[in-house]
Amino acid sequence: MDLIVFIKQLVNGVQVGSIYALVALGYTMVYGIVKLINFAHGDFIMVGGYVVVFTTPFLAGLGLPAWLCILVAVAVCSLIGVLTERIAYKPLRGAPSLSVLITAIAVSLCLQNMALIFFSSSPRPMSAVFAMEPVTIGSIQFSGISILTILMSVALMVALQLFIKKTRMGKAMRAVSEDSQAAILMGISTNKTISLTFAIGSGLAAMAAVMYCSAYPQVQPYMGSMLGLKAFIAAVLGGIGSIPGAMLGGVLIGLVESLTRHFNSQLADAVVFAILIVVLLVKPAGIMGKNVGEKV
Amino acid sequence: MKTKQQILKSYAINLAASVLIYAVLLYAMSSGSITRYLRGILMTIFINIILAASLNLTTGFLGQIALGHAGFMSIGAYSAALFVKYIESTGVVLLADGSPTPQGQLFFVLSLLLGGCLAAVFGLLVGIPALRLKGDYLAIITLGFGEIIRSLIENLSFTGGAQGLKKIPRLATLDTVYMIMALCVVVMFTLVRSRHGLAITAIREDDIASEASGIHNTYYKVLAFTVAAFFAGIAGGIYAQYLGVLGAANFNFNKSIDILVMVVLGGMGSLTGSIVAAIGLTALPELLRFIPNFSDYRMLIYSIVLIIVMIFKPSGLLGRYEFSLTRVLEGLSGRGRKGGAGK
Repeated sequence: MDLIVFIKQLVNGVQVGSIYALVALGYTMVYGIVKLINFAHGDFIMVGGYVVVFTTPFLAGLGLPAWLCILVAVAVCSLIGVLTERIAYKPLRGAPSLSVLITAIAVSLCLQNMALIFFSSSPRPMSAVFAMEPVTIGSIQFSGISILTILMSVALMVALQLFIKKTRMGKAMRAVSEDSQAAILMGISTNKTISLTFAIGSGLAAMAAVMYCSAYPQVQPYMGSMLGLKAFIAAVLGGIGSIPGAMLGGVLIGLVESLTRHFNSQLADAVVFAILIVVLLVKPAGIMGKNVGEKV
Repeated sequence: MKTKQQILKSYAINLAASVLIYAVLLYAMSSGSITRYLRGILMTIFINIILAASLNLTTGFLGQIALGHAGFMSIGAYSAALFVKYIESTGVVLLADGSPTPQGQLFFVLSLLLGGCLAAVFGLLVGIPALRLKGDYLAIITLGFGEIIRSLIENLSFTGGAQGLKKIPRLATLDTVYMIMALCVVVMFTLVRSRHGLAITAIREDDIASEASGIHNTYYKVLAFTVAAFFAGIAGGIYAQYLGVLGAANFNFNKSIDILVMVVLGGMGSLTGSIVAAIGLTALPELLRFIPNFSDYRMLIYSIVLIIVMIFKPSGLLGRYEFSLTRVLEGLSGRGRKGGAGK
């Protein structure tokens, strides 16, 4: 393929990859703190998508700018994230991982089927949230959405990193994920910290939803499951539990996917899953993860 | 500990019971009281029993969650379907007046064996690397495997691609499928009760302790996984030759979840629980058909029930309890206390 197509595919890849990275952050943060793969995380994206679909006409009617729907989407998704944790996951804290995993799958199914009943399975078209002119650099034209997506996700990741490293709440999150018992002894409320983690993770999923729907403007009940799985693979590739790892993994998966899609659009999913299998076999801790030994 | 006589007696009781059901089935078939609709439900029940019981080997007895059972089922389904289609193309008469000829019966059984063995080979190939991981990672890797299989089937030409396979000889008859189902369940029961089964259960209880007491963990994990894949392949083969058409979309993630719901509700570690749940969950949507749009709510109800069961009874409705006909009969004849305390 010629250079211009290649560069376009690269930008596409980084765009999709930064969306994966945002979703992967949610997986990684939750896993780091409660050792739970939140299967429902992908479906928070779907919820965010529907919120955007329904709030944009409403905002337009009030004469407000369309990007305000981001705030509504983030608020709704954070609320759903916290509620999910309180209702479904909290009673199972300390239960065997098998039961927790089954619950997470059940929550995911529950959200999907609720969306199916309320909004039917037909995809809903979405009006554009951002009105962006294409950007021309040299002789190559990029869509404005791609550039905006990449910039916004970089900004969000930097903000998240600062939040976790610099603030008291971020410190509490790190403490709970390191050793929750010791964190309790230090006077940290683990329940509040876990709720906060779910809220931030789901909020990031809502941001990802807005960007994903700007690129592919339609919403349907199952949109979250494949997206969520790929983001999960990104989290594993980067090293689950590690925040920079999630970003790196997301961008890598996005690049691989968009380059394989260029050659064979149907095998792209299989290639992504194959990456997962190879990573788990060769280096299960991921690129940036720490290898933790097992205590007897 | 049971004496040899007691064991023989319980074999006899269970054999008599399954022969009795078989006789009822044959009578119903010959008297024509089994309509096409009822036949479909019974066939689905038999297939689901094999699927749920086999998944229970990995999820219930080995304690590892596997989300790719539909993948193994699809391998069995496609290889059995391609096999009988090939046999038919060589000129062997498999079907006469819509029912299988003796050769048809023979090749039906052979195709199931082939489907099961191929699925087992794939189970072995996936299991050896995947079972080095456990818990969440194993769930994801089996899920990934299921998706890879599905997208390969959709992209390969000999599987019919996205259009699927058509005109598969419909060799599955209720009585043969019942016998195969009963045989599969018996084999799984004996496996679970054997030394090997005990080793598998030991890994579930504590994998470090079992390794320390000399159990070859990886071997037994792969064994349970492969056997489960084998039976899933058999179920897939029956499915293909009952429906007559196959499409890769039938074996998606939701199918794996359907099977998992049966295992979890029936009880993780209870084969009889799986059988009851497979019958119940297959028949229930049909019985509730009078409620408008029930099929839309089916998965929603399943998921909510799953969450509730996980919160209040994490081992599933029956837990590890096995229903025993022998015990019931002993109870009825007034000797229950002695027999009941034994096990």
